[in-house]
Amino acid sequence: MTQIFVYVTHVAGVADDIASEYITAAKKIDPAATVTAVVTGSGADLDKVADSLTSKYAEVIKIGNEALAYPNAEVVRKALCNVLDKSAVVLAPHNTFGMDMCPGLSIKMDSAFAADAVDFEGVADGKLKLVRQELGGAVSTHVACDISNGAVITIRPGAFAPIDAAAGGKVTDKSGEAGDLTAKRRFLEVVQAEVGDVDITKSDVLVSVGRGIQEQENIEIAQELAEAMGAVVSCSRPIVDAKWLEKSRQVGTSGKTVKPKVYMAMGISGSFQHMGGVKGNPYIVAVNKNPKAPIFQVADVGIVTDILEFMPALTEAIKEM
Amino acid sequence: MEILVCVKRVPDTAENEFQLNSAGNDLDRDDLVYSVNEWDNYAVEEAIQIVDKVGGNVTVVTVGDSESEEVLRREMAMGANNGILLSDDAFEGSDGKGIATILKGEVLKGKYDLILTGAQADAAAGQVGGMLAAMLDLPYASLVNKIEVESDTTIKVGREIEGGNQEMNEVDLPCVLSIQTGINEPRYVGIRGIRKVAQVEIPVKDAAALGIDPSSVGDAGAKVKRVDYFVPELGAGAEMLEGSTDEIIAQLIERIKSKGGLA
Ligand SMILES: Cc1cc2nc3c(=O)[nH]c(=O)nc-3n(C[C@H](O)[C@H](O)[C@H](O)COP(=O)(O)OP(=O)(O)OC[C@H]3O[C@@H](n4cnc5c(N)ncnc54)[C@H](O)[C@@H]3O)c2cc1C
Ligand SMILES: Nc1ncnc2c1ncn2[C@@H]1O[C@H](COP(=O)(O)O)[C@@H](O)[C@H]1O
Repeated sequence: MTQIFVYVTHVAGVADDIASEYITAAKKIDPAATVTAVVTGSGADLDKVADSLTSKYAEVIKIGNEALAYPNAEVVRKALCNVLDKSAVVLAPHNTFGMDMCPGLSIKMDSAFAADAVDFEGVADGKLKLVRQELGGAVSTHVACDISNGAVITIRPGAFAPIDAAAGGKVTDKSGEAGDLTAKRRFLEVVQAEVGDVDITKSDVLVSVGRGIQEQENIEIAQELAEAMGAVVSCSRPIVDAKWLEKSRQVGTSGKTVKPKVYMAMGISGSFQHMGGVKGNPYIVAVNKNPKAPIFQVADVGIVTDILEFMPALTEAIKEM
Repeated sequence: MEILVCVKRVPDTAENEFQLNSAGNDLDRDDLVYSVNEWDNYAVEEAIQIVDKVGGNVTVVTVGDSESEEVLRREMAMGANNGILLSDDAFEGSDGKGIATILKGEVLKGKYDLILTGAQADAAAGQVGGMLAAMLDLPYASLVNKIEVESDTTIKVGREIEGGNQEMNEVDLPCVLSIQTGINEPRYVGIRGIRKVAQVEIPVKDAAALGIDPSSVGDAGAKVKRVDYFVPELGAGAEMLEGSTDEIIAQLIERIKSKGGLA
């Protein structure tokens, strides 16, 4: 029987959605697993989130300390190392916190590490079979992860269906076992993202351009289409990295979350970090010259063609309407 | 400041349409175009900019076969001072921990103040930097999009977190940082730059030279192994529009209208 600990991230005492997604993930690893939720933090927020999790988990471990008030990966890692059973499977979200903490945690726990699992196919002979993606989602792989001496695995937020189990569990306070929490990396502050000239979150229609736009001058072509449609131009990350559009136009996990009615993905491959910012089930139009682009799996309608030719033609047709 | 930057040769996602080989256990690698991992270019650029400001040297290192030498030369053409190739048959099939173990061998041979990796590479794991740091007992910060050298003993780093917000930290040196894209604008490398470094000697080190037990790395030491590749069903969701451009556009406009995207 597998022992699974799930690390629940939270903001101001409210558990992230991942708390419900872990339940599905854990069942897919081993339906007979004992699953324990683990939360770190301090004060009333910690108590609040720990109590709320008892409705989903039979067992909740809380580790409280002033040093854990902000989730500094180095400090959380130390606490988890001291509290958790090293032969267990530890799950965490594949987000900017999980990416920061988990590889190092696996080394300190001397256990296997797998990142960004999107599915699990059970354990056989001490090896957990999991599914993940490579090359920006272009290909998927099965991976065998030897969990016989424990494992740390990050799971993709949103990849596992949330379950609301009713558990009526109890909270165990392990704050006393956290040990030395001094760190060589010290949290200072969070600087909020800059506000830009347009608010892409307010538009019903987005013409979103990706690396397929190829050159800065071509942004104009998207702008003309957007204008004809009464839409706004948004983009994927490489366009912002290249400084062709401002950061406030970036859609994705490290950009904006948008909820338009229609989302036009123009030359965007469809990485999960990009699609993670597209919410509210919009009608997704994908135009991409690569028929194998992952975007076609999440889009509602797809066209395999060159956006530099297609967008001007579409603009003309709309203007003639 | 002595800076080590870890770089990797990867299939270029912008240049390739990926196909599986006939056995289905690997990509069809015959015609793949390779380049340096996108994130690693930002790491090398950042290292060069730091050294330009405070002095020191940039060394680029990779674990790979003889073909990986080309990425070291490319980064040296950008301005890295030295390149080191870590290569041994025993390294083949390494998982992330194996790669970190090999890199640790090289770190212990040198004296580095700062070790940079990319935030992630082709397998989108984002693991090597954090593992390396933990093995060396050095502090680590991932997804770094700002570095300010404060003194000989600490630096200030910004991490990009959800929503594009930035988490500021003070980190003791030496440390390991994984670099996020957008931190800088990597300089262009022309053919002439590459030619200049074409003859530079690049040392190659094997397991013995690094003092690594071969059974701790490679396939032998790997707890995490890729079993196979597969391509998820094409167009599972999307209705693919076909026909002449005019036909496609007419169908598309009709659909967008019905979804409230066009008046
Ligand atoms: C921690 C983290 C956070 C991230 N956050 C975000 C985020 O918030 N938002 C985001 O977007 N990304 C984010 N990324 C990056 C993400 O992983 C991808 O690298 C990125 O989304 C790729 O952008 P793209 O689709 O435009 O480029 P690519 O993946 O390079 O795709 C370009 C596509 O354009 C197609 N194409 C090329 N030329 C043409 C043409 N002429 N006509 C038609 N099609 C063409 C290609 O076939 C390809 O499919 C993040 C990454 C990390 C590690
Ligand atoms: N074979 C390798 N040689 C040198 N550095 C590597 C290698 N593999 C990964 N890295 C480094 O680790 C980073 C993250 O890669 P990964 O953990 O594989 O996603 C890369 O950007 C590189 O800096």
